[in-house]
Amino acid sequence: MMMQRTTLLLPMAVEATNVAQQQRGMATLKHISMRLKSVKNIQKITQSMKMVSAAKYSRAERDLKAARPYGIGAQQFFDKTEVQADGAVEPKKLLIAVTSDRGLCGAVHTGVARLIRGELQKDDSNTMVFCVGDKSRAILSRLYGKNILMVANEVGRLPPTFLDASKIAHEVLSTGYDYTEGKIVYNQFKSVVSYKCSTLPIYSGPTVEKSEKLAVYDSLDSDVIKSYLEFSLASLIFYTMKEGACSEQSSRMTAMDNASKNAGEMIEKLTLTFNRTRQAVITRELIEIISGAAALT
Amino acid sequence: MSFVRNARLLAMRGARLGQNRSYSDDMKLTFAAANKTFFDAAVVRQIDVPSFSGSFGILAKHVPTLAVLKPGVVQVTDNDGKVTKYFVSSGSVTVNEDSSVQVLAEEAHNIEDIDVSEARQLLSKYQSELSSAGNDKAKAEAAIAVEVAEALVKAAE
Repeated sequence: MMMQRTTLLLPMAVEATNVAQQQRGMATLKHISMRLKSVKNIQKITQSMKMVSAAKYSRAERDLKAARPYGIGAQQFFDKTEVQADGAVEPKKLLIAVTSDRGLCGAVHTGVARLIRGELQKDDSNTMVFCVGDKSRAILSRLYGKNILMVANEVGRLPPTFLDASKIAHEVLSTGYDYTEGKIVYNQFKSVVSYKCSTLPIYSGPTVEKSEKLAVYDSLDSDVIKSYLEFSLASLIFYTMKEGACSEQSSRMTAMDNASKNAGEMIEKLTLTFNRTRQAVITRELIEIISGAAALT
Repeated sequence: MSFVRNARLLAMRGARLGQNRSYSDDMKLTFAAANKTFFDAAVVRQIDVPSFSGSFGILAKHVPTLAVLKPGVVQVTDNDGKVTKYFVSSGSVTVNEDSSVQVLAEEAHNIEDIDVSEARQLLSKYQSELSSAGNDKAKAEAAIAVEVAEALVKAAE
């Protein structure tokens, strides 16, 4: 910007260049005002996005509060029976990435994808990824496209429902990929300003049946265990989707707040430059008039 | 000095043991559905649940078990003997070693909130869907819907 100013203030000897210079000067002024306008519009957009996500966040948090006991209840059985993944020679792993379709929400999706990428870097030969939400697919498909088992999209526009979760669980179970151990990778909501990328283990029927503590449980047959595990997978996915949605909205709120703040700073600077440039143009025109009048006398 | 500390430690341990014992005497119920949480680790006297292997009641110190809920009424008796009934569509029941019980339902509602005429309408709607279902999958889906609606009408009456 400083450069432009000095060129504007250069004395113009030749008339032809003078005209060109003047046009350019006017253009810069116009350019600045155009940029100023566009930044102002962006600020308006980010501000309203913040408002929208704040409203969505308060709903997501309310939902999450109701879903927490549900999710914790669903984990209890696995905690208490101390199910362990059997150290099979060739474990077939399944990772479920809980993200959404929508971006502009900080590092929510990147965090999940990064954790999965770390897992895949260790061993990508028998690990598959089930992507919930387009964002995790977009990040992972470049390097590990062949490890993606399936993608569920249209996630994140509306709050997740149990129906969504049971559809995903159904697809996970009917893909024909018999995983021996698995993990759900999701963002655990902590507070408005913080979330933690964490994992929840999931188990397949045979692994659970091998558990030693299962013997204390009465009247079990594999049918009951199978239905039970199917339902608990759906519950866990439902719970993690709720956690993810809440973290996403809170993170979007913060991201949009920061964006509005940055836009405000930019507007301030641009307004200053705009006014300076305008003043420079006026000064130059005055000089031209005065020197023209001086030449006549 | 050390004697005092030891005594205090012992007392603390005794208190903790006592706590543990009373803990396993109560039954802690977590009854949650995707739409609402009804009980979160609350102490109750008895729970009756409908399951695919038959309906059963759960008291404290029930043998650990797993079961799959079928559409029907879950009945919770709290410590004052007050009985509350809830309709559940499907879900799972877990009874753990430490007498904690998790009833997780796909959807659950207090029975008083159910409108009988609405439930009847649903039932007739799904019955007609069942008779008009083309393939096996649609038929099975409609049959499940009819089962749930039947249980809903029965619960509401």
